[in-house]
Amino acid sequence: MNTLAKQSSGIGGALRRVVRDYPLVPLIVLLAALVVALEIMRPGIVNERWIANTIKFAIPLAMLAACQTLTMLTGGIDLSVGTAATVSAFVAATQLSTLGPTGAILVALIPPILIGIANGIGVGLFRVHPLIMTLGTGLIGTGCLQVYQRTVIASGSSVPDILAWLGTGLTGGVPNSLLLFVPLAVVIIVGLRRTGFGRLLYAIGENENAARLAGVRSWQVILALYALSGLIAGITGLLYLGLIKAPSLSLVEPRVLPSVAAAVIGGTSIFGGRGSYSGTIVGALILTVLATMLTIMQIPEGTRRILFGLIILVVTALYVRITQDS
Amino acid sequence: MLKFLRNHYWNIGLGAMLALLLIFTKIIQPNYGISGLESLSRSALTFAFATAAQTVVVIAGGIDLSIASMMAVASVTAAVMMDGASEQYALLVVPFVLLVGLAMGAINGMLIVFSRVPDIVVTLAMLFVWEGVALMILKAPGGGSAEWVKGLLIGQVAIGWLPDGLTQWIPKALILLIVCLGAVWLPFRRSRFGLSVYAIGSSSLAAFRSGVAVNRTRIAAYSMAGLFAAMGGLVLTASTGIGAPIPGPYLLASVAAVVLGGVTLGGGRGGLLGPIIAVFILRLVRTDLALLSVDPNVTTIVEGTIMVVVVMAGGLIAVRASRK
Repeated sequence: MNTLAKQSSGIGGALRRVVRDYPLVPLIVLLAALVVALEIMRPGIVNERWIANTIKFAIPLAMLAACQTLTMLTGGIDLSVGTAATVSAFVAATQLSTLGPTGAILVALIPPILIGIANGIGVGLFRVHPLIMTLGTGLIGTGCLQVYQRTVIASGSSVPDILAWLGTGLTGGVPNSLLLFVPLAVVIIVGLRRTGFGRLLYAIGENENAARLAGVRSWQVILALYALSGLIAGITGLLYLGLIKAPSLSLVEPRVLPSVAAAVIGGTSIFGGRGSYSGTIVGALILTVLATMLTIMQIPEGTRRILFGLIILVVTALYVRITQDS
Repeated sequence: MLKFLRNHYWNIGLGAMLALLLIFTKIIQPNYGISGLESLSRSALTFAFATAAQTVVVIAGGIDLSIASMMAVASVTAAVMMDGASEQYALLVVPFVLLVGLAMGAINGMLIVFSRVPDIVVTLAMLFVWEGVALMILKAPGGGSAEWVKGLLIGQVAIGWLPDGLTQWIPKALILLIVCLGAVWLPFRRSRFGLSVYAIGSSSLAAFRSGVAVNRTRIAAYSMAGLFAAMGGLVLTASTGIGAPIPGPYLLASVAAVVLGGVTLGGGRGGLLGPIIAVFILRLVRTDLALLSVDPNVTTIVEGTIMVVVVMAGGLIAVRASRK
């Protein structure tokens, strides 16, 4: 370690050390650079309303990315979050008329937790690859949702007022969804750093066999983790319902891959053991600003997707290069 | 004989399952016959090529999330080039599209090797890139296909030395599939390159120390996946007559068939036959459920459940084996 630090001297080495020890710094620099570029392209666009709007759309993405961050820390991934979130949004919207807002929201959170538990059983007990397991449960969940949709087609759907207030409302120019997000983010960040559960996630991701030999019941940790991931996805779905206000079967599905991208850009290793939620939050903000930028430049849809993919690739490649030699 | 059974128990089991399903289909629908088999092979064709592409990459120890998007690129390229062109011109289009597929796969592989980013992230990014490329080539479904290309999939082939009564049971689409896959897979399996792909899938470090050019092999494996994906795209254009820039549901289906086909995720084990039989099983399950007039949405649930149960059972076997 010492010799390595000596070898990588000079400006490049110093930069590398900064990036390695404070991974948030380059991400925030990148975010700032994007905002500046946006302001240059369209002077006057960066104002209070724009910032509030950006945060409003970045929050649900960051919450979905929380599921990815947590599961990636153990070397997993959760691709069923799209389905879990859509199911909860759909159930909440359709049960509102019969159960009232509180009941509908509570009932809506049950299916995503069940999906999460199923994932946890498959990954933790049966040792199925998380990618496959969560794709499979996502598929089953989508099927169930389509069948459920048939049965409630008559009852219609509506958005609980509290969710609309939370999803789209502003109080003094500040999005209300921060009320939900800030506590959640604090719990996740502190939880990962200070609690036993958080450290177990890193331990399992770093070396699962070592963790098991050290007395960790890894299947219990993984089961709890995926159930938690399902719960967060369910809450995100409710937030999307309040934000978009039109429940559909493809409400959250297009957001799944961006949520993986947000976690990856935020510096979480897809192989486990390394990463932080603060990085993911900045990653979600970067992706949201980027999306605005591509829209403003009036780039056709095809080119936009190409740029989106290339940016994910370039950022992660740079990240890998900078952090690898530690 | 016993050794053969032991080595191929998974494929034999899959074959038996397919046979049982066919018998079951015949029982619930006594009319099921030549035309049923033909439409089954036609619908399985695109899935089979997607699965073949995924199989190669998984054996090499990777995964390719961009297969459906590469198929879309191949499909629209073929459709745009063949639209309004002469039948002879299409003879050039087909090899060109296959080359495009090889190139796309090679780009995927090179990006993985040179960027040192995990393959799952690279192919996730390339999923967007190829989707974008397909949209740039063709904004909405359109284009056309040469008649002889379409004709490749329809009907049966008369093979000289076989009686007509037998050949009419063999759909042309199935023969096309066997010829295309066999032409690539059999030489691959017997070559040094094929062995290298299995080696880097088992353990890339051990392969490297035994003198395998790991990076070059990995790029070649992804190129081969690109080639299969291009075949899938061509078939897609041939069967619908137009090019579709929006990728189909091939990613999930290909992973499911690969796992069901006995290829372990993580690499180094399995063949092509198992996944292809698995594709036919999954398609036939779908047909059967439709014949039983089950709600098509329930079909999705059943498919997902089959996939999850299969991988869970596979996982359980692996856990048991490692404890012994």
